[in-house]
Amino acid sequence: MSLSGAWYLGLAAVVFSIGALGLLVRRNVLVMFMCVELMLNAANLTFVTFSRMLDDIGGQALVFFTLVVAAAEVVVGLGIVVAIFRRRRNATADDFHIMRG
Amino acid sequence: MVTPLLAATTVDALTFAVAAAIVLSGAIGVVVARNPVHSALMLVMTLFGVAVLFVEQQANFLAAVQVIVYAGAIVVLFLFVIMFLGVDREESLEKEPLRAQRPLAVGLMALGLAGLLLMGFGAHWAVGARSVAGASQGQSGGDVAALGRSVFTTYLFAFEVTSALLVIAVVGAVVLARRPGGVLGAGETDPEAEPFDPDADIEAEAAGDIEAEAAGEEVSS
Repeated sequence: MSLSGAWYLGLAAVVFSIGALGLLVRRNVLVMFMCVELMLNAANLTFVTFSRMLDDIGGQALVFFTLVVAAAEVVVGLGIVVAIFRRRRNATADDFHIMRG
Repeated sequence: MVTPLLAATTVDALTFAVAAAIVLSGAIGVVVARNPVHSALMLVMTLFGVAVLFVEQQANFLAAVQVIVYAGAIVVLFLFVIMFLGVDREESLEKEPLRAQRPLAVGLMALGLAGLLLMGFGAHWAVGARSVAGASQGQSGGDVAALGRSVFTTYLFAFEVTSALLVIAVVGAVVLARRPGGVLGAGETDPEAEPFDPDADIEAEAAGDIEAEAAGEEVSS
């Protein structure tokens, strides 16, 4: 028998907070993307934990879809980074003001 | 919250402790590493730890997918872009243009974490019915069969929409990353306008020689 779900949920909360902190503090866009991945993983861990606690496969199915959306998000995000880098020779969040409409 | 830990078997508690330590140190490493390559490697560590936690909770298929898709594909994509753009130089974390940003971010994080933990441990949970979308445990074929049944029956429409999303993402990435063919404005640089080609000069000279010879032949004749 595994541990109580509360331990997993607490760990997920901490990882999510670290990811949010990194997203707010770091200026390198690629590292900011990695912090988004951390937050997505914390959410995935929460889904799987609730899936076990409630004996419901729906949580695991949602994690499956989250993985797909995360992959699509990374592909498009890195495409934008490459396109911006081509013009600015830099990849910090400050350089993204050229996307202002 | 000590009682549940003692109620579980020692092996489970130990596995959770080790995996949690790996996940947390990896997560902190992603944030504090100066070099983006180190951040990516720390991210791999975190993803492996999360995969271990998935296995702990009988989500074996998702653990495999986590390692293959996340640690395999997504992090490799990150590393590829880091190397491709050459931004793997170290970033000084001491310099901060916005002075209030860092304390504000730490404060926000502490507030959010306190709220989450209070919600998790302090409040009384109200959860809905169990096994609404089908039971995850005790199924024939294990979690793979249960997940497959769920995805291809209950969530079939979402699954199909997902394929459309992937196609759109691929097309979008190609459009974004392809070389701009339009006219560049003043002050803009296109680093790929003249790609470095060591053979270009030699070829141009050779072509010039041939043309000169041809011209010389015409003159002489």
